[in-house]
Amino acid sequence: MSQGAVAQAARLPATARRRARRKAAWRRRGLVLLLMSPWLAGFSIFFGYPLVMSGYLSLTHYDLLSAPQWRGFANYHYLFHDDPQFWPGVRNTLWFIGIAIPLQVAFAFGIALMLARAKLGLGFFRTIFYLPALAPPVAATLGFVYLLNPATGPVNIILGHLGIHGPLWFQSPGWAKPSLTLLQIWGVGNAMVIFLAAVLDVPQHLYESAELDGAGPLRRLRWVTLPTISPVILFSVVLGVIQGLQYFTQAYVAANIAAGQASQAGDTVNNLGYPQDSTLFYPVLLYQAAFVNNFMGYACALAMVLLVVAFAVTSVILWNSRRWVHYTGSAR
Amino acid sequence: MRRVTGSLLAALVLGAVLAAAITMGSAHAGARSAKKTTLTVWVGWSARELRVFKGVVADYQKKHPELNIKVVGSINDTKITNAIRSGNAPDVVSSFTSSMVGVYCGTGAWINLQPYLSKDHVSLNQFPKTTLYYTQFKGKRCALPLLADSYGLYYNKTLFAKAGISSPPKTFSELTADAKKLTQRSGNKIKVIGYDPYWNFYSGNFTDMTNYAPLFGAQYYDSKGKAVLASRYAWSKLLRWQKSLIDYYGYSNVVRFQAGLGDEFSASNAFEIGKIAMMMDGEWRVAFIKAEHPTLNYGTAPMPVDDAHKSWYGAGAVNGTIIGIPKGGHNVDQAWELVRWLTTNDHALAKFSNGIRNVPSTRSSGHSKELKPDPRFATFVRIFNNPHSATAPITGAGSAWNTLVGRFTVKWQAGKVKSLHKGLVTLDKQIDKLNAQQGGGGVP
Repeated sequence: MSQGAVAQAARLPATARRRARRKAAWRRRGLVLLLMSPWLAGFSIFFGYPLVMSGYLSLTHYDLLSAPQWRGFANYHYLFHDDPQFWPGVRNTLWFIGIAIPLQVAFAFGIALMLARAKLGLGFFRTIFYLPALAPPVAATLGFVYLLNPATGPVNIILGHLGIHGPLWFQSPGWAKPSLTLLQIWGVGNAMVIFLAAVLDVPQHLYESAELDGAGPLRRLRWVTLPTISPVILFSVVLGVIQGLQYFTQAYVAANIAAGQASQAGDTVNNLGYPQDSTLFYPVLLYQAAFVNNFMGYACALAMVLLVVAFAVTSVILWNSRRWVHYTGSAR
Repeated sequence: MRRVTGSLLAALVLGAVLAAAITMGSAHAGARSAKKTTLTVWVGWSARELRVFKGVVADYQKKHPELNIKVVGSINDTKITNAIRSGNAPDVVSSFTSSMVGVYCGTGAWINLQPYLSKDHVSLNQFPKTTLYYTQFKGKRCALPLLADSYGLYYNKTLFAKAGISSPPKTFSELTADAKKLTQRSGNKIKVIGYDPYWNFYSGNFTDMTNYAPLFGAQYYDSKGKAVLASRYAWSKLLRWQKSLIDYYGYSNVVRFQAGLGDEFSASNAFEIGKIAMMMDGEWRVAFIKAEHPTLNYGTAPMPVDDAHKSWYGAGAVNGTIIGIPKGGHNVDQAWELVRWLTTNDHALAKFSNGIRNVPSTRSSGHSKELKPDPRFATFVRIFNNPHSATAPITGAGSAWNTLVGRFTVKWQAGKVKSLHKGLVTLDKQIDKLNAQQGGGGVP
C-alpha cells in the first residue's frame, strides 16, 4: 500500500473502515468456499446424500421395486430383537477384529523386525513377504480354499503323511474363521512395508543409549522401538479395525466356494455364512439383506448401525491412544 | 478449357445422381430396418441349454420377419431386479426362481398378464394346477410357466447289481437299507456313498427341504400363512430320518467326502462318475448324462415316500422356469405374443423339452408327438402329473424365509440342535416375524 493510500484509509470514518473489513472478510470466505467447492460437491453427492438417504430408507420398507413405505423404527426393532442372523454376524465380526486383526498387526510387525535385522538379501525377502499383498483378494481366497480342501488339498495331504488328521478348514464352523485369519496374515505385505520403514527410522542413538544403560534386546524393543513406532501401530490398528468392520470379499468367496464343493446349484442364498453362519460377517449379512433378499430398507438400518459402531470404535481407539502413542516432534 | 469444364460438369452431374441414388437406397434400407422391432429376451440358461432355447426362438423369428429377437443368457434375479429399477428392462424376462413370483407380481415389477390372457382367450386350464400356483401371487398373474422341473431318483444299475439290489426303493426305510448296502468305505473314508442326504449337497438337497416336503406330506404354512413346521409331525419325521443316515456315515466323513467331489453341473458330477449310487435330482440330469456320460448304466424312478403313506409313491417336488414381461417395456404387445407362443405352443414346448429335457408345461404338449420318447425322462413327466406332487410356498418376501429354514437344517444335521421340537418352534416364530416385517404372506 502506498503512503497516500494509507493516509486516505486513515482518513476514513470508523464505520466505513469496519464495513471495508467486513467486505474483505466475506471476499476471503467466498474465495475459500470457491476453492473448496470441488471437494464440497463431491462430499455432498457421494457421501452426504447417500448418508441422508440411507438414514431415511432405514425407516422404511423398501424392496427396490416399489416405492418406500414408512415403517418408523420397525427395522431397528427387528434388527436388535428378531433377526436370528444379526447377533451371529456381530459376534463373527468382533471375533475377527479381536483376534485376526491383532494377529495381522503382530505378524506384520514381527516380519518387519526380522527384515530390519537382515544383513543379506533384504530386498529379496522384502519382495517375497510383500508379494502376497499383490494377489487380488478373490484369487487369493480361491487359492486358499483349494490349498485347504479337506479331501484333496495339499495341506491336508502333507499333514496326512505326517500322521496328522487334518481339519475340515473352510468346511468346519470351528475352523472357517481361523482359515480366513491365515489368509489375512498371509497378505500382510502392505502393513509390513510401513512397519519396516518405521523400524528403520528409529534413531540409532536411542538404541546406543539404551545399550549403554544395560538394556537387552527385549528391553530395547519395549522401551525404544515400540514407543517410537507407536503412531504407526495406531495407524495399523485403526485401519485394521475399519477393515474388520467391512470384511466381506474373502468371507463371501470362501463361503460360496467351500459350500460350492457341496452344492453347485447356484444356491447363493444359503451359501452365505457357510458353514453354519461361521463366516456370516456383518457386511455379508448387510449384502444378503440388500441384494439377495431385496430388503433395502432393512439393509440401510444395518448400514446405519455399522456407521455408528465404526465411528464409536475408532473414536475410542483414538482417545485411548493418547496413553500409549508417542509423537516425536512438537505437534500431534 | 471448355473440354475440362464439360468433363467437370459431367462428373458433378454423375456424382449428384450417384449420391441421390445412394441416399434413396439407404433411405429405403433405413425404412426397411425401421420396420423391424428388436425384442430382447433374458433367460437363465447358459451354454448348451441356451443354444437350444435360441433354436426355439429362431422358429418364432422365421414366422415374424418384422422382429429382431435378441436372447441373452445367464441371467439371475439380481440382474432382473437391477434392470427393472434402472428402467432398462428387457422386453421379455424369465427366472429359474419361481419363489420370486411373489416379489415380481406383488410389486408390479412384472406386468399383470390377465388382460392379455383374456383378450386372446388363452385358457389357463391348459396348465397343470401346480404351475398355475407358482406363476401368480394373491391372484395376480404376472408370469406363465416355461417348461417345468420335477425331482426323482437316479440310481446306478451297475452298483445296484453289485450290491444285489434288484429295484429302486419305494419307501424311506428301503432307501436307508439300500444306501447302507451300496456305501463303500476304506476305514472312515467314504469311497462310494449309497445316498447322500446332506442339506446343501447338489440340487436335490436344498437346505430348505422343499424337494422332500411332498414325499412326507409336509407343509410349511397353515391356511392363514403362519409357519407350522413344529406342529406338523412330517417335518420331525423327515429331519430324524435325514440325521440318522448322516450319523450312519459320520458327519465329518460326509463333509470330507463331498469336499473332494466335482462340480454338480459338469462332467465330474459325482453320480455320473459312479461316486454316488442313488441321488435325488431334476429331470435335466437325463440330458446332462446323455451329453457327458452316455454309457452310464442308470435308471430313474420316483423318490421313495414316507413309510406310512406308501400310496403317495410317484409324487415329487415340482417347480419351474417362469416367464413374464417387466414393467417399462417398449414393445409390450410383441413381447406378449412371444411369451404366449413360447408357453402355449406345442411345437415350441416339445422342441425345447427335447433339447434340454425339461418337463413340458402344458397338458397338450406333454402328449405331443414331437416329444422324443425316453423312458428315463418319462418318469419325470409322470411325477409332474402326479396329484400328490407339490411346489414350494410363495410369499411376498421372496425366498428369505427359506434362508431361515436352511440355517436350521444345516445346524440340525451337524448335531447342533439339542431339541428338535423346541428348535422348530423357534424357527416358526422366526419365519412369522420375518414375513410380518418384510411384507410376506399370501401363501395359500
